[in-house]
Amino acid sequence: MKTSTLTIAILLAAASQSTMAAELDLKVTNLTKGIHFTPLLITAHNSEDTLFEVATEASTALQTMAEGGNIAELVAQATAAGSDMAANPAEGLLAPAASTTATLTTTDGNEYLSLTAMMLPTNDGFVGLNSWKIPTEAGTYTINLNAYDAGTEQNNELVVEGSGAPGTPGIPAAPGGDAGTGGTGVLSGDTNTNIHIHPGSLGDDDLEAGNSDLSNTVHRWLNPVAQLTVTVK
Amino acid sequence: MSSANNLKKSLLVLALATTLAACSDNDNDPVVEEPVVVEPIVVEPVISEFTITFSNLTAGQPLSPLSVIAFEDEAPWSFGTTASVGLEMLAESGANEEYLSYESALAAISAEGAIGPGETTTVIITVEEQETLNLSFAAMLGNTNDAFTGLSSLDVSTLEVGGSLSRTTTAYDAGTEANTETAETVPGPAASGEGFNEIRDDTADIITMHPGIVSNQDGLSTSALGVEHKFDNPVSKIVITRTQ
Repeated sequence: MKTSTLTIAILLAAASQSTMAAELDLKVTNLTKGIHFTPLLITAHNSEDTLFEVATEASTALQTMAEGGNIAELVAQATAAGSDMAANPAEGLLAPAASTTATLTTTDGNEYLSLTAMMLPTNDGFVGLNSWKIPTEAGTYTINLNAYDAGTEQNNELVVEGSGAPGTPGIPAAPGGDAGTGGTGVLSGDTNTNIHIHPGSLGDDDLEAGNSDLSNTVHRWLNPVAQLTVTVK
Repeated sequence: MSSANNLKKSLLVLALATTLAACSDNDNDPVVEEPVVVEPIVVEPVISEFTITFSNLTAGQPLSPLSVIAFEDEAPWSFGTTASVGLEMLAESGANEEYLSYESALAAISAEGAIGPGETTTVIITVEEQETLNLSFAAMLGNTNDAFTGLSSLDVSTLEVGGSLSRTTTAYDAGTEANTETAETVPGPAASGEGFNEIRDDTADIITMHPGIVSNQDGLSTSALGVEHKFDNPVSKIVITRTQ
């Protein structure tokens, strides 16, 4: 009797070892009032291959995403790392208050979740999740996500067409159609070139002049800017 | 508990009566059945009582009287949806009479008065116990156009007597009034402007999180608000204790 109990225990342990892979239902909600998200990238990865790390310099791939919304390089990087991913589940922009869903089956060893998407209109702001340990217990988990600054571009708050390429100053687009023109440019003393919590946009109350092309009553936000719901099956 | 026992006993009595009736059916001898006298059973409803403390964590925002609504399925407000007229009134003026008349409410109550920064108020709600029971909370940030805080839905179905739940809350924008911050449109003590206006002139008529106020010291020259009215999340703390 004791032997068989032990055998069962061993079998159960072995079974749980082989079920390290998880099946996840994901839901991302844009909590902001006036900010759109560019294509989302959600990856399940090992302890090393996160999409970004706070207080370190952004990779070129992350900079490309944060300044222009282009996730191709991050996808290539994650593919090379053997990460599992849900790329662009909303098939484009995720508007204020909108949600999108995805399913993700993780492979053994990919025990962490990360998420990125550029916030528009900002210079290099993005919503992020960095290496959240996926629980082994089945259930639904809710995570609030903050706004980060990639630290790769000055936040001049000027909407400039074609400025989505890395290194080109400016905000590439304001999808809400509610930004202005003719700003002289916000002079920010933000010298932190590592990834940090975004200090928020300033904006101004003159859509045809002033420092910023952003509206201070429309384009600001408070954290959290997004909510991620993870259902572990 | 006692009424639950009564209910069980009465079910047993009914079951016995049914069995006896079934027996007599199978009996070929004509038997005059004695009428079974079943005493009327009064099942007293079990009342749940929740004592709620509500604390204002902001620097300079009065919070209007807290509205508490008990409901089963559909919350009186939800993120990403269009605000009801009741919520619009609450978020634009702090008045909660219409909001509390929510038709799917099992019970609804208002705290006695508004609370200033740093203050705490207590409100008690009683509701008949049932399998699924949720509480919803809402209060206006007074020195804003249409900001409110609260919780859309909190499941208290399994909360035992003596148990409590603690939550902090964020600021939401009702989406029903543009955030102009002008003296004419902010009803709180900072401006004493108009409260409720049925015109919906916000960027989108949906409930989102609030972007915060700008103030006249941070670039909105027409704002009646000062830096002391700025807030960040969380804006309140709510503790729910089941007291009965």
